[in-house]
Amino acid sequence: MNIKTARTGGLALLAIIIAMAPIGFTNTYFYDVGVNAMFNAIVCVGLNLLIGYAGQISLGHAGFFALGAYGSAILTSTYGLPPLAAMLLSAAVVGLLAFVVGRPILKLKGHYLAMATLGIGIIINIVLKTESKITGGPDGMSLGNFSVLGFSIVGDRMWYWTAGVLLVLTVWLALNLIDSPVGRALRAVHGSEVGAEVVGVDTSSYKVLVFVVSAVFASIVGSLFAHKNGFITPDIAGFFHSVELVTMVVLGGMASTFGALIGAVILTLLPQVLAAVEQYEAMILGAIMMGTMIFMPKGLLPSIVASVKRLGGGR
Amino acid sequence: MFAAFLQYLFSGLTSGAIYALAGLGFAIIYNSSHVINFAQGEFIMIGGMASATLVGSGVPMPLAIPLAMLISMAAGIALEKFAIEPARNSDVVTIIIITIGASIFMRGAAQLIWDKEFHSLPAFSGESPIAIFGATLMPQSLWVFGVSGVVIVALWWFFNRTMFGKAMLATSHNSLAARLVGIGVKRVLMASFALSALLGAVGGIVVTPITFTNYEAGIMLGLKGFSAAVLGGLGNGGGAIVGGLIVGIAEALASGYLSSAYKDAIAFVIILFVLFFMPNGLFGKRGTDRV
Amino acid sequence: MRNLVKWGAAAVVAAGLCPVAGVAGAAEPIKIGSILSVTGPASFLGEPEKKTLEMYVERINKSGGVLGRKVELIVYDDGGAGDKATTFTKRLIESDKVDILIGGSTTAATMAAVPLAERNETPFISLAGAVNIIEPVKKWVFKTPHTDRMAAEKVFADMKKRGITKIGLISEDAGFGKSGHDQSLAVVKEFGIEIVADEVYSPKDPDVTAQLTKIKNAAGIQAVFNFGFGQGPAIVTKNFKQLGMAVPLYESHGVASKDYIKLAGDASEGVRLPAAGIVVPEQLAATDPQKPVVTAFKKDYEAAFKSDVSTFAGHAYDGLQIALAAINRAGSTDKAKVRDEIEKTSGYVGTGGLVSMSATDHMGLSPSAFHMVEIRKGGWVLSD
Repeated sequence: MNIKTARTGGLALLAIIIAMAPIGFTNTYFYDVGVNAMFNAIVCVGLNLLIGYAGQISLGHAGFFALGAYGSAILTSTYGLPPLAAMLLSAAVVGLLAFVVGRPILKLKGHYLAMATLGIGIIINIVLKTESKITGGPDGMSLGNFSVLGFSIVGDRMWYWTAGVLLVLTVWLALNLIDSPVGRALRAVHGSEVGAEVVGVDTSSYKVLVFVVSAVFASIVGSLFAHKNGFITPDIAGFFHSVELVTMVVLGGMASTFGALIGAVILTLLPQVLAAVEQYEAMILGAIMMGTMIFMPKGLLPSIVASVKRLGGGR
Repeated sequence: MFAAFLQYLFSGLTSGAIYALAGLGFAIIYNSSHVINFAQGEFIMIGGMASATLVGSGVPMPLAIPLAMLISMAAGIALEKFAIEPARNSDVVTIIIITIGASIFMRGAAQLIWDKEFHSLPAFSGESPIAIFGATLMPQSLWVFGVSGVVIVALWWFFNRTMFGKAMLATSHNSLAARLVGIGVKRVLMASFALSALLGAVGGIVVTPITFTNYEAGIMLGLKGFSAAVLGGLGNGGGAIVGGLIVGIAEALASGYLSSAYKDAIAFVIILFVLFFMPNGLFGKRGTDRV
Repeated sequence: MRNLVKWGAAAVVAAGLCPVAGVAGAAEPIKIGSILSVTGPASFLGEPEKKTLEMYVERINKSGGVLGRKVELIVYDDGGAGDKATTFTKRLIESDKVDILIGGSTTAATMAAVPLAERNETPFISLAGAVNIIEPVKKWVFKTPHTDRMAAEKVFADMKKRGITKIGLISEDAGFGKSGHDQSLAVVKEFGIEIVADEVYSPKDPDVTAQLTKIKNAAGIQAVFNFGFGQGPAIVTKNFKQLGMAVPLYESHGVASKDYIKLAGDASEGVRLPAAGIVVPEQLAATDPQKPVVTAFKKDYEAAFKSDVSTFAGHAYDGLQIALAAINRAGSTDKAKVRDEIEKTSGYVGTGGLVSMSATDHMGLSPSAFHMVEIRKGGWVLSD
């Protein structure tokens, strides 16, 4: 089985799962959770390009997500822009912002980079909380439906299919990007930055490129999430949300698009399942995070694939 | 005018010394293992909660304090033994997720073992403010300064004058070479977690009379401590202290002269700018990539 | 094929039984859904609310339930994050099929749930403070706590009475304080009071003397008003005393719990704040209709949980009582009927005050629900 068929196979399987899942959905709450899972998956597939392939950590992507959400909310509610235009304009601004801060920030390494991205996320959070005349402050802000050319997305079912199509599209895009010369350059950056530079890869440009791409992914999903929920608060820019996103990527499997996707789905469903055990929720969640990373340091999917291969290898 | 400035400075020093103590814990573990322990704030919380609840239930303070330190150290050793050591050779990000998982776990455990209410300790030397040139300072702030000072001196002595301390430093520089000359890397790792948990507990105990504590108190202290350690340069204890004081003073001066709503943001902007020009923090060693 | 026919027949029979099942459904529990901030920065609100709801639901079930049906309580924790409330509200309405929603500890969680309650036509009694929950009136949404605007008005009225015209405002930057801050700015002019210094702190700041010094040095300050809850106001109070500020300190209703006095210690002496009758039951006049209600509630709560009762626990109590009384009057859990009955709530004596709702007032508390109290010798003293 070569890489290409594995890729098409994976995509087909994903499409089938998305299409079949609603059979088990008994009411729209399930659709809502499904949409949230897929939205997170899209952000994580983008973030995985940065963390998994380029090897750069970001503890601030919730900030970009929130900027997309608030951009859409403010532009549609206050300035009456059509939702699609608002979403694209927000994404463009976020992309520009990521580009401007990306250059100096991505020169930093490891924990210093974590600190810098964390700082950017927190600064965005503070601005959203403080400028309550524009953003509604900590009490949040509401906005209307998403519509394109008079056709609006209403209700959890319609959102489910929209998110499903977008997810498949995103995964397809990501897989192609990884397989392109850009993807190879990125992996070189991850392997050894100095080595990559020696063989003529302009590492900082590639790092900035992925940073911008992943920020735009987050921003677009932020916009869609805002329209779907109809209400947003500055908490979506919070440190916890950033950590949640990184955890999804790492737990599912770094440098594996489908791993990031699986991580996103699991960590979206987990709180819903754990809501039943209430006071133990934090302890169980913490234990699962620790346990997975201790026993599967490469993340769920890569570890499982590796052990399946070992078994298949007859050793 | 001067009195106001002095008051801002005192306010900043009080917060800054608290952040510095939190930052020191990050530095110690980083020094011997290159691990950033995002559960450091929880050690501080455990120190504060354990001592406050023990005192609350009638245990005399001189007994409650060492007990709280022991509890926190036990948590530190358990974290190292069961979560860090098995994953020692993993990626930076993997270990970050493990320590974040540990912090969530400890918060969950604390809310079950204790409760969700705020607790306080009586101030060690009373609550009469000390007036200096028209500004005031609480005696407890002096305790925080004093304890930070003693801790720095003790750490310097430990790392530079004792065999074990030197072994810990050696491990951080090159763990393979350290192993070759017979230093038990595992023991060093465990000692560093025990030490930083102990330090966290000390911090938690001296700051609780000022800030109070509850099961979530570690979140903020962890964040600020991490900022302090990074700003000062990772692995540099003195750097963490300076970093903490800068963050604290920047926040206080920002609320005094600019905007209290944006004081935290201003502190982060300063950190970002420092990192743009000094990518290894103020006193961090220039990193060389191993190719 | 024969099997299929058999199953088909069974299905028809089952369908025929359905109306019967519907009648038997009278014994089904009445489901109350609740989203509370049990953990996170607002656990100060959510935790006592949850305890209260659980205690009274259990008690009501022991005494036979409502309309002969048991009451079932389903609580989800939003961790203080408003956007999490959306999914949990959907779960309560769609999956758990609750008859009524009580909750939303924070304004953000409430506002997240409002569109869902409206769209699904489910009665919803919020436990959050902001005035924009009920203004403009939303058909299905009610609330029990006093608004932050009422608290601000009560404080400003007291200041006016004492001839104070220039004040400093210091507020917390999280939901409760921020909303209170904005409402204070909105109503302060009506009282002829000017805010000459306006400062902000984060709930977890170790020290706020910088902000207070700035207020202290503002020209002509006659009083300071702090809007926040949790440990923040206790730190403000201690720092206020440390700086030796001689003007009166006012707090909001957010500190109306014994915890605040415990944390702030001596520094809380002389602090004035608006509070519901629940904090001073024994000082209420014997003729006050609230007196027996709050005395009983305080006793129950403190006996059950060994901790001091807070205003927030009272909000949950009131919400539950109003909801169950409405269901009782409606004679069923028909959502439209229950909603109409909640709106007709009149003369209900709760922990927050006398509640009389109407089509234009979905809270029903009059400003007289607040008392001005002062802290003296570590206890509350009614001062109006």
